[in-house]
Amino acid sequence: MKPSDPRLRALVYQAAALGAALLAAWFLISNTLENLEARNIASGFAFLGREAGFAIGETSLIAYSAADTYLKALAVGVANTFRVALIGIVAATVLGTLIGLARLSRNWLLAKLAAAYVEFVRNVPLLVQLFFWYALITEYLPLSRAALEPLPGVYLTNRGIFLPLPAAHPAHVWMFVALIAGAIAAFFFARWAARRRALAGGAPPVLEVALALVLIPPALAYLAAGAPAAIDVPRLSGFNFSGGMALTPEFAALAGGLVIYTAAFIAEIVRAGVLAVPYGQFEAAYALGLRRRLAMRLVVLPQALRVIVPPLTSQYLNLTKNSSLAVAIGYPDLVSIANTTINQTGQAVEGIAIIMAVYLAISLSISALMNWYNARMALTGR
Amino acid sequence: MATDPVFGRGETLISPISPSFRRQRGNWGLTPWLRANLFSSRLSAVTTLFIVYLLWQALPPLIDWAFLDAVWTAPDSKACRAASGKGACWAFVAEKHRFILFGTYPFEQHWRPALATVLLIALWALSALRACWKWWLALVWAGGLAVIGVLMWGGVFGLGYVENERWGGLILTLILTTFGLAFAFPLAVLLALARRSGMPVLRGLAVGFIELVRGVPLISLLFMASVMLPLFLPSGVAIDKLLRAQIALILFAAAYLAEAVRGGLQAIPPGQYEAADALGLSYWRKTLLIVLPQALRIAIPPLVNSFISFFKDTSLVLIIGLFDLLSTIKVALTEPAWSGFGVEAYLFAAIVYFLFCHAMSRYSQNLERELAKAEAGRRR
Repeated sequence: MKPSDPRLRALVYQAAALGAALLAAWFLISNTLENLEARNIASGFAFLGREAGFAIGETSLIAYSAADTYLKALAVGVANTFRVALIGIVAATVLGTLIGLARLSRNWLLAKLAAAYVEFVRNVPLLVQLFFWYALITEYLPLSRAALEPLPGVYLTNRGIFLPLPAAHPAHVWMFVALIAGAIAAFFFARWAARRRALAGGAPPVLEVALALVLIPPALAYLAAGAPAAIDVPRLSGFNFSGGMALTPEFAALAGGLVIYTAAFIAEIVRAGVLAVPYGQFEAAYALGLRRRLAMRLVVLPQALRVIVPPLTSQYLNLTKNSSLAVAIGYPDLVSIANTTINQTGQAVEGIAIIMAVYLAISLSISALMNWYNARMALTGR
Repeated sequence: MATDPVFGRGETLISPISPSFRRQRGNWGLTPWLRANLFSSRLSAVTTLFIVYLLWQALPPLIDWAFLDAVWTAPDSKACRAASGKGACWAFVAEKHRFILFGTYPFEQHWRPALATVLLIALWALSALRACWKWWLALVWAGGLAVIGVLMWGGVFGLGYVENERWGGLILTLILTTFGLAFAFPLAVLLALARRSGMPVLRGLAVGFIELVRGVPLISLLFMASVMLPLFLPSGVAIDKLLRAQIALILFAAAYLAEAVRGGLQAIPPGQYEAADALGLSYWRKTLLIVLPQALRIAIPPLVNSFISFFKDTSLVLIIGLFDLLSTIKVALTEPAWSGFGVEAYLFAAIVYFLFCHAMSRYSQNLERELAKAEAGRRR
């Protein structure tokens, strides 16, 4: 190979880049090891087995006490992150879709209101919004004694939000099982109906039957268990409410802030997706004799979803990553508990590695899922 | 609104085509407009009435709170406490505005960060004018930043020295944003080129860095900068907190900007690369003369969007204890006399951030339209 051969040059460049990267990594790692030794910090994950010694405010998913290990404390943090992220994703999708469609409304007032919402919410940092909601809950909501009651059984106080909940009953498990069974039956019915329509024409009432299959079994299970009607209503005892479902101010502010912020971005994605379908597609679908619902489902939605789903998933990822701002208002998510752990043990490298590993695992698995979906939905070139 | 062959005349509330509320020819006057845009169908009329009812319920108390019953100036918080719950306490902002805007910078020297703030905003405004997109803009920036550095640090021309631990407020937010973007941008271009290059090692390193940074929350990078960076350095070498946070912000911005630049690179027709190769241009001449000028022009709108996100994200430095705009507001609230006025304080923060971000997003929309028009003109 001559010295001017591009292949040789590529090889040299790459070797140099790799060498520089390795050298930098070696420099950082050796410095870190030296510094840790100088500070008498033992590296490694042995500290995870030690007693954490701090209490956590929200442990609704995993039972935890201050006598448990750091490992368990971090598990509570991961569970809390998932809790706020899942609730946030569902609520933000619903709210965002509604606002996105409202921006397309022919009603001037509705469209302008939705546009103003999107414009204001997108242009204010999420952290400011979280602080605002937290301040609103803790400063402007009344004490428990004078709690606001916007709906019967729902109480708003500066100690949190309290909701009534059906009292625990064994029937709930059976209702859940019946719901899953019904959903599976509905799925197979829809597949059978699609195949039948393709073969024989005609339109079996898919939506109605599927809804019945999903809803009737849990209802039957409920009635079979004797229709337990007891509801656990929050009750004022002493200075605070007990019973029902309690949302702490931290959780309410974080979940509410994340939903309101992310919904503004989702609204824009939904709007762009609907507008991306050329109007001729509607007309063509009608010209072929498809009814409005079928035209929507078979022609318009698949094309809109191809535009909507990739940015939507990245918003879901953003919401999950943004839930780490919990540390600023005191909701015990993964980052906030890892931060406490780092402060107590001095194991900074390990603590940050745990945070990054968990978020990377979430991000990479969702991107992998996304790539698979994109490959399936990609337009096949003609 | 024109009659729509499929959806009829406003039977549905949602239109699958972007609704336009402009008046049609021969349809002047308020009544036809109202009928077309607010009462086009029964559903639309119900929606209008419902929204009007909600606004009727919500707006008067809100206006009372924010304006009519609000306390605008007060020497101490007594008047605010008296109006608590009924009227807003803007006196908090009035009383604390010096601290909120300038942090712990020496009080009698506040004109220096104020001048620096104005200068920095002027530099950004100048860069927004397309007529100024010339090579001398780089010189103007270099000169401007030097003047800002002199103003902030001092130590020459009779200005007293102020260490950067005492910088704070709006100027810190602007400095973090400006230097973050200035250093992140070249890094982002290199990362995007590496990611698109044919060399597997370079591509792997770039993909690894970009995906790692984009996969974790910014907070974890900031924690890393504040807790781990001191461990990374040989003993005896120390970097101050501001610089550490700035490094984390630069790496974070670089990963996101790199993806915007990559989008631009991907949008260039392959014929451009082939033509450059056919002319016998070397890689760097091809990149600098043919590829980047086109790719960056295409990438401008997503780049500006990334700039806006980055400006908002600088507020996270509060968590590692730097005194940016949001942080000074939070600290001002910790004074016992003024605690409990968080709603007003954060509303003020929201308005300041909104003004900056809204201006940038308006600008980006206009620019996008202009560039599209220029592109269409060239095609013709």
